[in-house]
Amino acid sequence: MLLRLMTLCLALLLPSLASAQTLDELVGQLPDGNYNDRAALVTRIAATGDPRAASVLDALLEGELEQRTADGRIVRVTGSRNNETAVDVLTGEELGTVARRSTESIRVNNSLRRQIRTALGVLTLRDPDPARRLAAAEAALRSPDADQLDPLTEALEAEQNSTIRTALERARAATLLGTDAPIDARLAAIITLADAPAMTVQSALNAHRADADPQIAAAVAAAIAAAERRQAVWSQAQNLWFGLSLGSVLLLAAIGLAITFGVMGVINLAHGELVMLGAYTTYAVQQVFRAYAPDMLGWSLAVAVPVAFLLVGAVGVAIERGIVRHLYGRPLETLLATWGVSLILQQLVRTLFGPTNREVGTPDWMSGAFQLGEMTVTWSRVSIVVFALFVFFGLLLLMRYSAFGLQMRAVTQNRPMAANLGIRTGYVDALTFGLGAGIAGLAGVALSQIDNVSPNLGQSYIIDSFLVVVFGGVGNLWGTFAAALSLGIANKFLEPWAGAVLGKILILIFIILFIQKRPRGLFPQRGRAAEG
Amino acid sequence: MTAQLYLDGVTRSFDGFKAINNLALSVDKGELRAVIGPNGAGKTTMMDIITGKTRPDGGEVLWNMDTDLTRLDEARVARLGIGRKFQKPTVFETHTVEDNIRLSLKAPRGVFASLFHRSTKAEETRVTELMDQIRLTHLRFEDAANLSHGQKQWLEIGMLLAQEPQLLLVDEPAAGMTDAETMETAELLKSIAGERTVIVVEHDMDFVRALDCRVTVLHQGSVLAEGSLDYVSGRDDVIEVYLGR
Amino acid sequence: MKASMTRLIDLRLGLFLAALFAVTVLAPLATTLSSSSPFNLPSYLIPLMGKYLCYALLAVALDLCWGYAGILSLGHGAFFALGGYAMGMHLMREIGARGVYANPELPDFMVFLSYDHLPWFWWGFGNFGFAAVMALAVPGLLAFVFGWFAFRSRVSGVYLSIITQALTFALLLAFFRNEMGFGGNNGLTDFRDVLGFSLSAPSTRIALFVLTAICLAACILIARAITISKAGKVLVAVRDAESRTRFLGYRVESYSVFVFTISAMMAGLAGALYVPQVGIINPSEFAPANSIEIVVWVALGGRGTLVGAAIGALVVVALKSWLTATFPDLWLFALGGLFILVTLALPNGLLGLLDRFRRAKPAPKEVPA
Repeated sequence: MLLRLMTLCLALLLPSLASAQTLDELVGQLPDGNYNDRAALVTRIAATGDPRAASVLDALLEGELEQRTADGRIVRVTGSRNNETAVDVLTGEELGTVARRSTESIRVNNSLRRQIRTALGVLTLRDPDPARRLAAAEAALRSPDADQLDPLTEALEAEQNSTIRTALERARAATLLGTDAPIDARLAAIITLADAPAMTVQSALNAHRADADPQIAAAVAAAIAAAERRQAVWSQAQNLWFGLSLGSVLLLAAIGLAITFGVMGVINLAHGELVMLGAYTTYAVQQVFRAYAPDMLGWSLAVAVPVAFLLVGAVGVAIERGIVRHLYGRPLETLLATWGVSLILQQLVRTLFGPTNREVGTPDWMSGAFQLGEMTVTWSRVSIVVFALFVFFGLLLLMRYSAFGLQMRAVTQNRPMAANLGIRTGYVDALTFGLGAGIAGLAGVALSQIDNVSPNLGQSYIIDSFLVVVFGGVGNLWGTFAAALSLGIANKFLEPWAGAVLGKILILIFIILFIQKRPRGLFPQRGRAAEG
Repeated sequence: MTAQLYLDGVTRSFDGFKAINNLALSVDKGELRAVIGPNGAGKTTMMDIITGKTRPDGGEVLWNMDTDLTRLDEARVARLGIGRKFQKPTVFETHTVEDNIRLSLKAPRGVFASLFHRSTKAEETRVTELMDQIRLTHLRFEDAANLSHGQKQWLEIGMLLAQEPQLLLVDEPAAGMTDAETMETAELLKSIAGERTVIVVEHDMDFVRALDCRVTVLHQGSVLAEGSLDYVSGRDDVIEVYLGR
Repeated sequence: MKASMTRLIDLRLGLFLAALFAVTVLAPLATTLSSSSPFNLPSYLIPLMGKYLCYALLAVALDLCWGYAGILSLGHGAFFALGGYAMGMHLMREIGARGVYANPELPDFMVFLSYDHLPWFWWGFGNFGFAAVMALAVPGLLAFVFGWFAFRSRVSGVYLSIITQALTFALLLAFFRNEMGFGGNNGLTDFRDVLGFSLSAPSTRIALFVLTAICLAACILIARAITISKAGKVLVAVRDAESRTRFLGYRVESYSVFVFTISAMMAGLAGALYVPQVGIINPSEFAPANSIEIVVWVALGGRGTLVGAAIGALVVVALKSWLTATFPDLWLFALGGLFILVTLALPNGLLGLLDRFRRAKPAPKEVPA
């Protein structure tokens, strides 16, 4: 495999090395001779495969290629009439302003221009850079031109990269369809195109809907219809994906609450603000990186994750020790006191960082997108889904297998008994609350990538988070998981026909009705104790 | 003699654990019945089912052989004339002792009936009588929260009596009482029986002996034995259940 | 012994009503004094005082269901806003052809959004009486339906609080939509007059202020009558020991729905009185934060006291006006701190604190009867 890659690289590199001299010679000959000589030269320049050939031909096509009368250097002259600058086409050396009449144009006529275009097409189709080859093939697909047919065919024969081959095949098919090729060949072209993404199918085939040949017209109509059906299916997949990614956001926001509310029974209305603190921590960490290590900026998010967890977790411990501890067994009072905390945290952040949105950069590896079938998947969404799953399962493992998880469950199930067994219940309470808060901080790191980082960030998630936990069934992490994902998906499927706001209202009404029907959520904790 | 309360084939499970398993029980009008059994025998769940708090998975619970109690909620069951005293004394802590009794007096229970309720002479007399009966007259205007555990037990019994129920379900009334109080309670319950039906759930064997009535032994959600205390306590299976041999 | 009979007006309520009466009489008189007099009250303060009284009424409404029945509604702002919208719709209709677009039938925002006819739910709001009834009926009906579902399913405590908050949040989102036909984002405003009297005239302002004071007094008396009745005692019983109440034969959900509905109607009344004095009603009144703020009024004053709730509202709102004007950054710190202080240190509120001082004095021992 490695060997093949190396030979491929060599094969791409060698011709350009071998022909370097040749290109220089060929370009030097351009000013001489008549249009026919130039046409021959254009073909030979293209055949060198030199990476500089394209820019030479491009300059020639644009009429910007000139010869300096003083030393005979071939230069590209650009700029307005009285301020022209020259660049050596072969070395790329900037030659500064040129005086008028110090250079002489290399003229082109119409037939030569056509030939240059074809040559250029061939050249980019053969470019050593795969991205440029792909771009050239896609450009050819967008605007099929009969002249391109031969270059496309040739490029296809030489092409090794399967993605580019597919693009070339489609471009060739689209071009072929526009010619008066035999009907079998054109039908084959339609079949080749039919597999392309729906957008491509439509743009390539729409012009041929009313083809003179009824057989072609029918095949085109069938291919377009099939593509539209496929697109409909994929748009459901897209909804599902958006739903999953919204669900992951909800999961991240709700999972800390599932600990504090679900496991400890503490209503923490400051949970949203803890998420917000996590987002601001991310911002602060990034600012520190900007100031002291700008070249390592891509790492700031990775550093923000533990920092946010510990910092917000510590805030959580402080809230538990300072306030919540005194209010155990009084849920309504806890609710009010933590609401007070949320107001204070909001105002604190507003005072420290200002009321406006803060920009948190996205690292390179998280930006961009890839194509999956008919849908575009952004890396940031993928990262959030993965991160949410990672946090969820990490927490699940912690609860199930660690000594701390065991103590936590012991304390929540039977406090006096746990205390008698020597577990420091106060300590466990503080750490449990801190854990929930720390996870809120992690959610904040993730949300800083997709939402505005402002002091109000938390408020937009608090109600949703509570509904997720209540919907899923209090004290049940899997319930929270199922509730978050199903609500996220339901939201995205309702949006297309109900609109974003109405969709949200419908979800809210649904949950209100659901809670009234099943007050203990999707997955209630059962047993005699729960009947009380 | 018709059965006032009739249970047959009643089953209820929680997470696969059968708290009540094919339970059959019949209590006659005016009878005093003691129900005993070790922890987890299903005594409290049985009470929950009779009073409409818990729905059974199957079986029938009949009141006067004609009303199906499993279809009714707590309030409806209570209005039929079934009163219940909890194991842990439950009174309205922020109300005075007197108001606790007043709220329990037999009267229409609807919102508007209570809203426009005017206290009558008969009610006043009844409250005073009950106060004497439960010996809390001196604490009449005290908040119930300030009562001792035993006093709360008495208050709850008073509330039960104020309801004038036909059937009283009494869950461990003697818990937290002194020996003298325990015997007084037994006498009180005996005096009530006859006119009303009484089912007592109890752990305290001295108390059960003092009640001097028919005893039902529950074990693992069904009836293990039934008869006089001497009869059931002589049975090997009962001894085994109690002593865990 | 007659000590069991609780008087409708006890000392606390008597003092409060007397103070309210004095302010209601004196404040309008003070506006008529010459501006050089030290007792002169600028007439623009009258609607402000009226607004405060509306908040006090709202607090009383919440105290009725939270303080007595233990139903902590975090959505009472929604009932307030619905009452306000009902009145706002009438005031919109009363603008008539004097709007910017001079359309005799449609309010300005509808012309702007190119409605061609009045939506059906605006029918009848041209009539003041109808609007006034709706200001009570709409919140009442919503509370009744919502409460019926919730209490019948035995949703209580924190769960109820959370879904009431979801309710007001859903309404917030709904009223922000232009398609709802309530003016969307901007809400209803630019009111001219009520029953033919200009809203900017000092006499109208005084009349509205006095009316608000009368409604506050009436509601506090009604609430007091409910709480000292046997039904009120049942409500407290439900709060303390719900299942005991059920086993006594009381259908708890009926009592809860009843008090929730009455409370919502009082909140609606407060909203209806608020809108003409403030001159605007918009969706932000549905914001969950508003509803939670009401709770701190009640908690600070002392829940389960009615009078305390009203006083708590006045104190907090006055504090808010003062702080937001002088130290705007401090307001949220103060409000947040208040929530924490009240729950940790003042569980019975300011009135509870007063009672404690009073009880600290040696009281005659209870004589056994």
